[in-house]
Amino acid sequence: MALEITEVCVGCYACEPLCPNEAISAGNPVFTIDPNKCTECLGDYDKPQCAEICPIEAAIVDEIGDPLNPLGSLTGIPLHLIEEYNTTGTVVRS
Amino acid sequence: MELPVISNSAPEASGGGCSSSGCGTAPDALGHLPDHIRSKVQDHPCYSEEAHHYFARMHVAVAPACNIQCNYCNRKYDCSNESRPGVVSEVMSPEQAVKKTLAVAAAIPQMTVLGIAGPGDPLANPERTFETFRRLSEEAPDIKLCVSTNGLSLPQSVDELAKHNIDHVTITINTVDPEIGAKIYPWIFWENKRIFGVEGAKILIEQQQKGLEMLTSRGILVKVNSVMIPGVNDEHLKEVSKIVKAKGAFLHNVMPLIAEAEHGTYYGIMGQREPTPLELEALQDSCSGDMSMMRHCRQCRADAVGLLGEDRGEEFTLDKIDEMEVDYATAMVERAKVHQAITSELEMKRALKAAPKFEAEAADKPATRPIRIAIASKGGGVINEHFGHAHEFLVYEVDSAGHRFLGHRKCTAYCMGDESCGDGETVLGQIIKSLEGVEVLLASKIGFEPWADLEKAGIQPNGEHAMEPIEEAIRAVYDELAAAGKLDQPAAAKAAA
Repeated sequence: MALEITEVCVGCYACEPLCPNEAISAGNPVFTIDPNKCTECLGDYDKPQCAEICPIEAAIVDEIGDPLNPLGSLTGIPLHLIEEYNTTGTVVRS
Repeated sequence: MELPVISNSAPEASGGGCSSSGCGTAPDALGHLPDHIRSKVQDHPCYSEEAHHYFARMHVAVAPACNIQCNYCNRKYDCSNESRPGVVSEVMSPEQAVKKTLAVAAAIPQMTVLGIAGPGDPLANPERTFETFRRLSEEAPDIKLCVSTNGLSLPQSVDELAKHNIDHVTITINTVDPEIGAKIYPWIFWENKRIFGVEGAKILIEQQQKGLEMLTSRGILVKVNSVMIPGVNDEHLKEVSKIVKAKGAFLHNVMPLIAEAEHGTYYGIMGQREPTPLELEALQDSCSGDMSMMRHCRQCRADAVGLLGEDRGEEFTLDKIDEMEVDYATAMVERAKVHQAITSELEMKRALKAAPKFEAEAADKPATRPIRIAIASKGGGVINEHFGHAHEFLVYEVDSAGHRFLGHRKCTAYCMGDESCGDGETVLGQIIKSLEGVEVLLASKIGFEPWADLEKAGIQPNGEHAMEPIEEAIRAVYDELAAAGKLDQPAAAKAAA
């Protein structure tokens, strides 16, 4: 079992020093998790540290691809507005 | 001609008089400070209204990680077209940051201050931040070091900060009330957990206040930044101002919220409005009763380079500095000469200001009302910018007794290219809107079309004072209007912009 970083990662370095297994490496454009080292923090912390600090929704996913921080869970922005922003680059308010 | 200056704060017995500059800016933000603090900050471009015309600063973006989320921030920071805090084009390693700093310091000898302000939180990246500070204090001892933080990790960083001889720290404190905090900070990362809502905000506030007390008790100067968010913390910031002053902060900088849907921030997308310039000025005025306010902040990017209000970052991108050879020992000699020349000039100006003045013979004059005058200036304290090229206007309040600097009104320049002046009435409309409350506008030149529209909006354009010092020009304009009896009554109702 291991977590994975997706292409929405902004490379902010927040996760890297927190990993108890030193499984995360900086990369361009996105950071990566070494699946052989990642333990999802079992035995070290209650929750995976990379996902606890990551500011980007859906940047860290589990083995079946489910995000640990789903869209809207960190910012509180309603899903339909996130969708509108992601497709048009803005949100038009009436 | 010397003018008394209207003070922002209650007059106090302060030694040394004022520190106004050729730009005619009010010295009140620093004027009341004790001598030992003023001498530390009067040459700092981010603290001294006067110094920012002469000394430059730069930020290095070595600190990308953050330990909190703010509703006015979007952690995607890859846009070179946006000019706001938390946005940078490239994140650097400490090594690259040191190289860039030395290259800029050699090329721009006026650069005296290196700050680390993000794009995340410097103290959430302690290794990268302190490695940069450690190397710079060794290799470039003539550069002052500054850091700006959200305060969450501040208490555990105070020892390390003191070690690096950093004598100024900025803390962003938007609230002292966890309920309000929960509307600004959705979560924090604390002791290996993400903590949401009121609980998280409460911890953040406690750490900020503790850090503030620890710094001031060690004699490290603290400036407090607050973002004014209408309907969320605007009224509350008056209380914040009192509390942080009581705990020893020397300067409070109330800045307007920047929130546009394009930025993808929570506030931007949810339609939280920004304060109007007049609302910001009114809040700054109410807070100033309790402490010195900063009026010239430009809300710089975390990788800005140059004088406040300008950004020369493009000249120092990573590939360009890779090719630069810097002999810093030689550069330091040149830098010392330039600093000496600027300091002498500033001292001369301060001495002139401190000289005894004749009392204004205002007693028998009829009372006239204060007005706001906007100035188009490229810097240097003179009216030297065309209306159409201005990216910002300096706004002063002038009355029969003196004047004071109120702040900048940012705008999109009316003329975008060489020949495309007046590209769309919307730009002019926005400029006029940004000049709310202003009755006279002085520029080195103003075109025919904007002239008419400004007049229609109740703003009198005036190009007669081109290249004159701002202080003298605003006095002359005010006195002329007063003599013509135009300032006896309240401001006439203006046509809608």
